[in-house]
Amino acid sequence: MELETRVYHKQSKKSFFNLLRDSLKDIFNSRFLSRQLAERDIKAQYRQSYFGLLWALITPLATAAVWIFLNLSGTVQVTDTGMPYPIYAFSGTLIWSIITEAIHSPMRSTSAARRMLSKINFPKEALIISGLYKLLFNSAIKIVLLFVFIYLLGIGFHLSQLLFPVIILAALLVGTTLGLFITPIGLLYNDIAKIITMGLTFIMYITPVVYAIPETGPMKSLMQLNPFTPIIVTLRDLLTGNSPQFMSYFIGLIVVSIPLFCLGLILYRISIPIITERSNA
Amino acid sequence: METKNEILVEVEGLSKKFCKDLRTSLWYGVQDLFKGWKTGGESGQLRDKEFWALKDINFKLRRGECLGLIGHNGAGKSTLLKILNGLINPDEGKVTMRGKVGALIELGAGFNPILTGRENIYNNGAVLGFSRKEINEKIEEIIDFAEIREFIDMPVQNYSSGMRVRLGFAVAAQMEPDILIIDEVLAVGDLGFMLKCYKAIDEMLPNTAILFVSHSMPLVTRICNKILLLDHGIEKFFGENIGEGIDIYYKSFLNNEESKIVDEGILEILDAKFIDAGVNKADNIQVHWMGSISIYFKLLFKVKNTELPLLRLIFYDKEQRPIAIIEENLEMKNLTLKDDILEFEVVHEQIQFSKGIYSIDIAIFKAFSNTPIYRLNNALNFQVKHEVDVWPPFILKANFNEYIIKKTNE
Repeated sequence: MELETRVYHKQSKKSFFNLLRDSLKDIFNSRFLSRQLAERDIKAQYRQSYFGLLWALITPLATAAVWIFLNLSGTVQVTDTGMPYPIYAFSGTLIWSIITEAIHSPMRSTSAARRMLSKINFPKEALIISGLYKLLFNSAIKIVLLFVFIYLLGIGFHLSQLLFPVIILAALLVGTTLGLFITPIGLLYNDIAKIITMGLTFIMYITPVVYAIPETGPMKSLMQLNPFTPIIVTLRDLLTGNSPQFMSYFIGLIVVSIPLFCLGLILYRISIPIITERSNA
Repeated sequence: METKNEILVEVEGLSKKFCKDLRTSLWYGVQDLFKGWKTGGESGQLRDKEFWALKDINFKLRRGECLGLIGHNGAGKSTLLKILNGLINPDEGKVTMRGKVGALIELGAGFNPILTGRENIYNNGAVLGFSRKEINEKIEEIIDFAEIREFIDMPVQNYSSGMRVRLGFAVAAQMEPDILIIDEVLAVGDLGFMLKCYKAIDEMLPNTAILFVSHSMPLVTRICNKILLLDHGIEKFFGENIGEGIDIYYKSFLNNEESKIVDEGILEILDAKFIDAGVNKADNIQVHWMGSISIYFKLLFKVKNTELPLLRLIFYDKEQRPIAIIEENLEMKNLTLKDDILEFEVVHEQIQFSKGIYSIDIAIFKAFSNTPIYRLNNALNFQVKHEVDVWPPFILKANFNEYIIKKTNE
């Protein structure tokens, strides 16, 4: 039997294509590991809590409730959104939280596994995938909640709602791609995580998360340029059965994201040994 | 087919640099991240605040061989293991690993303390590269090996550290690697479990190339058939003569600091040193097994008319276990004081200590009492040389004669 041979040099002499192939192969081969890691973290998270899974419902409801309250009380004037505001706010915060979590996820998962990284050789890509699993699990509950609202508040069923998973995947893809690019430096400097958290709070206000794109003004062009906008707007359009206004931007975003995602995977693979060396647990 | 003597580990001109300062280190990390995209590039130069953690290491290891990796703390042993395991990349040189690599560096990786032992077997197993099916098949064997069936459904946070290590090793022992890397992980379990671990390793040995890091020389002697001594990142000794490598290692510890523990001001040790046939030999020497040691003493009595005190020499081995004490000096009365100074020598012939380094504490007590008046710890060091290295502190001289039945007249 031919023995698997690994050669370690200063710099990987492999081409981008080979690195990507190795990365994808590791993702496939480590599917049990990524699932197991996600299962471990989810179990542990809920086992040490009395309300357990309820928290996954309470948190998004609370955020949405704040905006519904602000809207009803007239504190914040929102232009006509074309759908019941609770659904508008809830769908916006839902997809926004998926995007931001996806951005943070690779860095968080890798950082939490620092000790393991410095002791054991395992397919590191499993950390990213397990992060996505956890994210999907936590979002699943919110998604169910969203659909409950949709039927309760009279929007009803539209065929386009079947495309809903595509939007979720797009949100994960865009978020994870961004996350992969910040992870290497973010693991070296803690500043990065802080900057990202702060930056995303600002960006949320130029994204139609809780209010619609204004008719005119500089805010309008900012929001239209914002790459998160097409994801959120397309989601709402599909939910209500309207024709998607940002369709081409949305498709363009995905087309650009896929090669960037691959590049992010390669970057991640190359940088892990450097990070392990510099940030020993 | 597996050929018996194929080379599984090949290390050529391996060097690795580390940085002493965190901020600088992080900045170099960022630079390396960007350099990672370019191929080629220079590397042989040290940047500011860097040093060589490993420099020009070369060795080969075949199936069935076990390499003992020894050296003082910070000599680069763990760094070398990390490079071999593919966790960090070398700065220079090349490492080739053929076959499946198993590492016993950290036991129980991936454990979550809140989850039960059973659940954590799956976590740990997944990290080590097992599939769910493989774990399902092996789980009973793992639980039995760890001997914790009773507690297997209890959260791991309530386990003792020994139990955790047991469980971790039991999972790791299911690996069937071609190359096995062992860091000092087995020292936590109790004796019974440690013996079990070494038995498991012994069983793996014939089909595996093993790299074994340890500070326990008897263990290295027991398991390894090659030795690599690292000293500040440099390969100081590499070869099949385990004994020689260990001797060089021990020698580097000969100059340990002495420490005065008790001093009642009654006397002072002006001199204490080994002498050899009247020749001064400083305060550390090498002696062959069954050779003799003689120690010269010069004491100054600061208080007049002190009764001659009791002198005790206590011998410690390198593990700091007290192992012997010299006979009490009851006949010291025939020594005489000249100008408050007492000179004498203590001779021990045919020393039967096993190979290794020994240190001597000098303890002086008031005559006919147990009141200490002076104590100097680690006052003298010496090294015993012998061809074999054994765990017990003594090799007793023995004769093996033919047994002849003696007829008794009863």
